Amino acid sequence: MSAGAVRTTRFALILGVLLLWEFYARMFATSTLTAAPTQILAELWPKVLGEPRVRLAIGVTLIEMVVAFLMSVVFGMLIGVLIGLTNIGRRSFYPVVLLLYGIPQAILLPLFVLVFGLGPAAKIAFGFSHGVFPVIVNTIAGMRNVNPLLLTGAAAMGATRMQQLRYVMFPHMVTAVFTGLRLAMTLTLLGVLLAELFVSQGGIGTFTLLYAETFNPAALIALILTLAFLAVVLNELVRMVEANFSRWKE
Amino acid sequence: MIARENFVIRSIQIGLFVALFGAWYLGTRADDTLRLFLPAPEAVGREMRVLIETGRLWSALYVTVVSIAQAYVIAVMAGIAVGFLVARSRTLVQLFEPVLSGMFAVPLTMFFPLFVLFFGIGTESKVAYGAVYAFFPIALNTIAAFSNVDENYLRASRAMGASQWQQFRYVYLPAAMPVTLTGLRIGFFICIASVLGGETLAATAGVGRSTALAAELMETARLYAWIAFVVCMSVMLNLLALAVETRSERE
Repeated sequence: MSAGAVRTTRFALILGVLLLWEFYARMFATSTLTAAPTQILAELWPKVLGEPRVRLAIGVTLIEMVVAFLMSVVFGMLIGVLIGLTNIGRRSFYPVVLLLYGIPQAILLPLFVLVFGLGPAAKIAFGFSHGVFPVIVNTIAGMRNVNPLLLTGAAAMGATRMQQLRYVMFPHMVTAVFTGLRLAMTLTLLGVLLAELFVSQGGIGTFTLLYAETFNPAALIALILTLAFLAVVLNELVRMVEANFSRWKE
Repeated sequence: MIARENFVIRSIQIGLFVALFGAWYLGTRADDTLRLFLPAPEAVGREMRVLIETGRLWSALYVTVVSIAQAYVIAVMAGIAVGFLVARSRTLVQLFEPVLSGMFAVPLTMFFPLFVLFFGIGTESKVAYGAVYAFFPIALNTIAAFSNVDENYLRASRAMGASQWQQFRYVYLPAAMPVTLTGLRIGFFICIASVLGGETLAATAGVGRSTALAAELMETARLYAWIAFVVCMSVMLNLLALAVETRSERE
């Protein structure tokens, strides 16, 4: 099948699923639990996105995500470079990092709320604790995968340690680091949203709880889809930045 | 030389843990307000003993482990079945793979309120949520594994007269095993994390619920005790996964 035909079939498939859903929701389902796609669309505007408090909540959540992600990137790369710089450092601390990365962090959520309170700080901190580990791990892995010949070559030509890092190490780490960044973006969103759902105050957690408890599935799904859309946009942004940083390879 | 380096590395690692525990011990001794968030190590130890002796650990652990097991079994069966069926034809892979990976890129946590709405506050919502979350990496890896089997091996086995079953058993399965296993491992840890996360958010029983409850009641020592149990469990599971992996690599 050609690429165009595949795309058309996929589109038709998704459309078919939506139609089935519409049919099922309108004919058989209880309206307190499911809503048809058209009802969700009708709810999306003006009820959900038209409501200034919902927009404010989405904005708050979005800012929390971005701050948590940026913190993960900065601290993750810094810690990763510091650990990966020396052989001894990597072999001592890398297993510790992996061990911490393996802990199901959801269990720490109540602790984060206890320490950081109910405001945005807890959500940012929890998102950060999710996002920082993939950045550290992939930064270390990236530094390890740089061909040592290139470094020796640069050193032989008189590059200082700083120049070796700047002109040899960093450009070659791009692929590995961005794999980490994409993972970090997904995990940061996960962390922030988990904390939002747990605290239900200030951000979108308030409204997911409100809609779920008042049995308003159309509004709930509309809000969730808005966030899903934002998540896709953020992921695409990271991908675009990556393409920009990888240009030198062509 | 190598022995000396290993010794240095071990000492750094042990030193790190000793320093952390020492800071914890001395910090809680010196500062009273700190103890509100960080109880003394011996208080946490006492709580852990209480939780074991009163049997509360086992009853909570039972709920959580059963939920995780149910969710994982569902995810493995559905993930491998879907992955295998999709990988049967190139067109199906082109059709479904982007849809599945696109859905997996969206943080599914957002849909958790829907799960509670559909399945109630009991264990069913956590099982469904964990199963759905773990389904994606398993299905995606199974698709990748079975659709990337080298054509030449298949052609060769067919030329030598292998039946459908023999092709599956001796070509597809060994070639697809490593990537499928990676998916199963990722799915397993995602399953644990999402069931625990779901329990923390909305549940009536289980380890996650007990942790959240301890925090709500400001029983910090008990909160840390629960966290300590989960950390121990996850360290053991990770070491187990590592051991299984190194063994399968050696073979």
